[in-house]
Amino acid sequence: MAQKTIAGVNLEVSDEGYLADQTQWTEEIAKEIAKEENIELTEKHFEIIKFIRENESGLTIRKVGKSGIVDIKGFYDLFPGGPLKISTKIAGINKPSSCV
Amino acid sequence: MKKILILGAGTGGTIMANKLRKVLDREEWDITIVDKHKTHYYQPGFLFIPFGIYNKHDVIKPKADFIPAGVNIIYSDVDKIVGEENKVLLEGGKVLNYDFLIIATGTRVDASETPGLKEELWYKEIFDFYTVEGAVALKEYFETWQGGRLVMNIAELPFKCPVAPLEFVFLADEYFTKAGIRDKVDIIYVTPLPGAFTKPIATKMLGELLNEKNITVVPDFYLESVDNKEKKIKSYDGQEIPFDVLTIVPVNKGDDMIERSGMGDDLNFVPTDKHTLRSEKFENVFVLGDASNIPTSKAGSVVHFAAEVLFENLQCAIKGRELRAKFDGHANCYIETGFGKGSLIDFNYTTEPLPGYYPLPGVGPFGLLKNTKFNHYGKVIFRWIYWHMLLKGKELPVDNEMTMAGKKR
Repeated sequence: MAQKTIAGVNLEVSDEGYLADQTQWTEEIAKEIAKEENIELTEKHFEIIKFIRENESGLTIRKVGKSGIVDIKGFYDLFPGGPLKISTKIAGINKPSSCV
Repeated sequence: MKKILILGAGTGGTIMANKLRKVLDREEWDITIVDKHKTHYYQPGFLFIPFGIYNKHDVIKPKADFIPAGVNIIYSDVDKIVGEENKVLLEGGKVLNYDFLIIATGTRVDASETPGLKEELWYKEIFDFYTVEGAVALKEYFETWQGGRLVMNIAELPFKCPVAPLEFVFLADEYFTKAGIRDKVDIIYVTPLPGAFTKPIATKMLGELLNEKNITVVPDFYLESVDNKEKKIKSYDGQEIPFDVLTIVPVNKGDDMIERSGMGDDLNFVPTDKHTLRSEKFENVFVLGDASNIPTSKAGSVVHFAAEVLFENLQCAIKGRELRAKFDGHANCYIETGFGKGSLIDFNYTTEPLPGYYPLPGVGPFGLLKNTKFNHYGKVIFRWIYWHMLLKGKELPVDNEMTMAGKKR
């Protein structure tokens, strides 16, 4: 765990930059984390962030693709690289664990 | 007469039928097990078929051989579960009532989930080895193959037996070396995971082994479609990987009956309390093994360990008591690494695979995250243990709960 100041708030984050305390999350913090990932958040991004915050348990790329907000390709376009890894970090929830 | 109904006579359902029949009074409890297939497959053996190590007959036996006397077996497809009314409808309209229901319908591969997968190259140059048909077709293909790009891809998470694709590429390395054409075969391991495995210590050990054997790993590849014309797999973010032969773990899904019953998640796995193994929806419904959504491996060893917990909890539930046993997600997997050696991993919900010895600390005889001949023997002997002890619910000399003894961080 490390300390980090994001959007003027002093926060505890994991080594990979995930928030330790989800209740500290704000939209401003989301924007700052997104910037570090070179993403400028749009309304569409926030719709997805809302969805994944509400569906944290058992979250998969497939599930986001069935959310009605974006399809899987669209999800990749909005969060290039690793959409689930990056979007969960921005959404302030835990890094999704692969159950292997 | 009170009734326990088990759906699925695979590894989990069969173990439970054996365990329960031993302890429940026959005058008081009726036990019925339902399965649509009459053949029991030793699924860990499928992996060996493409390389001619096992044949089809090594991995199949009649299901009826493993169901004890005093348990009714019905061969039928299930239409759906009506949990609110404690009943199961079979195909054709027959109704089975239950006091307690155990869902052990497993997971299966569904190639139709990926566009282009099950088209003209299916079982010609694209194969799965998670079905006996696929494994046999691949064996015939490999026998006369001249070499080229062998791509092993995993389509989606979670998938059954997460170490099997790794074992597959290790065994392929050995097979083509012995066939004298290894220099003409590129082996490429393409995975949606960020590395060879999910957890860091095992990923490092297995990653090094892949590297040593000249097997290329392509991580973070999430399969969108298969192009049969150009013989490429394509990911959602635009990566393309050409193949001469594609071996694939198709999307894994729970039984369609789960969907018809409205009891599954988006892949038809049943939401289940990961400690008590009770369904989240119904108090008298339990879920065992691959059919559940518990966050551990979908594997026979997990079913075996979880069966102990379910056995205890079902007896609590029968007596109207609180569920006492808590499953820890324990998994234990042999990993064939080729040339007569193997590795072993042992882990649970909270502890990642660590190096050490198993089951006896400091002694073994098996080495955790080590590459040894003895681990390979473990896997070889296991087929006998499976048919003769495990399915019949007999005690094995290993702990059901994972232990830290013998492990080193």
